[in-house]
Amino acid sequence: MGQIVDVNDLSRSFGPKNALDHVSFSAGDGQVFGLVGANGAGKTTLLKHLLGLLRAQSGSVRVFGRDPVRDPVGVLSRVGYLSEERDLPEWMRVDELMSYTQAFHPTWDASYARQLLETFALDPSRKVKELSKGMRAQAGLVAAVAHRPELLILDEPSSGLDAVVRRDILDAIVRTVADDGRTVIFSSHLLDEVERMSDHVTMIHNGRVTLSGPLDDVRRGYQRSRVRFVESFDHPPALEAALAMEGGGRTWNVVHSGSLEQFRHSVLALGGEVVESRDATLEEIFLARAGRNRQQVEVA
Amino acid sequence: MDITINMADGVPIYRQIVNQVKYLVASGLLQPDEELPPIRTLALQLKVTPNTIVKAYGELEISGVIHKRRGAGTYVSEGRQQMARRERQRIIEQRIDALLAEAHQLNFTADDILQMVRERRAAMESGTSVEPTEVRRSEWDK
Repeated sequence: MGQIVDVNDLSRSFGPKNALDHVSFSAGDGQVFGLVGANGAGKTTLLKHLLGLLRAQSGSVRVFGRDPVRDPVGVLSRVGYLSEERDLPEWMRVDELMSYTQAFHPTWDASYARQLLETFALDPSRKVKELSKGMRAQAGLVAAVAHRPELLILDEPSSGLDAVVRRDILDAIVRTVADDGRTVIFSSHLLDEVERMSDHVTMIHNGRVTLSGPLDDVRRGYQRSRVRFVESFDHPPALEAALAMEGGGRTWNVVHSGSLEQFRHSVLALGGEVVESRDATLEEIFLARAGRNRQQVEVA
Repeated sequence: MDITINMADGVPIYRQIVNQVKYLVASGLLQPDEELPPIRTLALQLKVTPNTIVKAYGELEISGVIHKRRGAGTYVSEGRQQMARRERQRIIEQRIDALLAEAHQLNFTADDILQMVRERRAAMESGTSVEPTEVRRSEWDK
């Protein structure tokens, strides 16, 4: 497997804020990489470094073995990018946007572009500024994939879109990987979308990578158990390896790591039993790791 | 191919695909020599990364459920009977596990359950089968 992206110990601050804090990230070819994290966690900042839109303050960034700031042409001609704001030139018509983009990409596949515009029912003579939010995303998507890039970068591609356009985006990811064996890096706050589409997942929290690896490895070792106690608890009882607890009174849902056997013992020690257990979903792991609902108590 | 991905129950997606293809084969909905959809097609249908399909097909191939023909796609293997026996057993075992868990919650032992299974079968075979709930209600009425 060839290495496409290699980010090593990258740090970046904006004023006093550490946007990226010693981040390392790598991506090989033929795989989909999902980037998850709360708004402002640093996902977009990381992606902008890959595109050479930001210069590394410390650490290094290599895409196809090149520095995207020093060799923008060598990198960007082989990359497709859909930004979160989908900042397309407003005054252009859709067909002008296509020929404008084509000019930067010698590998542009005009018949593929035409086919996608037809699939999306996008009128080439419409002005970009007249397009709806969904149509804008579709036009941006065509511009990002029609040169059949070796690396496709999508920043929150599903953000604010309806189900139909979201499906178009996911199809584009599948095709990029299945047809050409290319690499996709996308960020999303839709955890089930990331779980469906990613081979690897990286979680970023406050500018740091908190979890990263093949999806199956990341998910292994996290479980969600329903626990019932004899006595009632007003606050989540202290359980070994518990990352997040929800519930109240005698029944609690717990996301935990480590072995199930060990967890059963710690529940038993508090006079409870594990009623059922299953593998945790990526969303449950993410919320547990982000520490969001650790303190959250709902009285049942 | 009729496969549904459930994102709520925490089962890895490749595992859901493996289980459902095995089920389709065991139940005869997929026949020996029938062709499975190409990786790209199934990935587009299910909206999952193509590598997940690769992984699922790989696992199904190792367990002898399907095989690849050089340059000609992926097919359901012969010798379904033996596999089906194991699959059928797995399906029943899942039901038994659920039954035992429920029985435990309701304070029945495994022996109680065995006894009840025999009684239910006897009731069915004698043709005097009565709705279980009605049996219980009439007993309470005594």
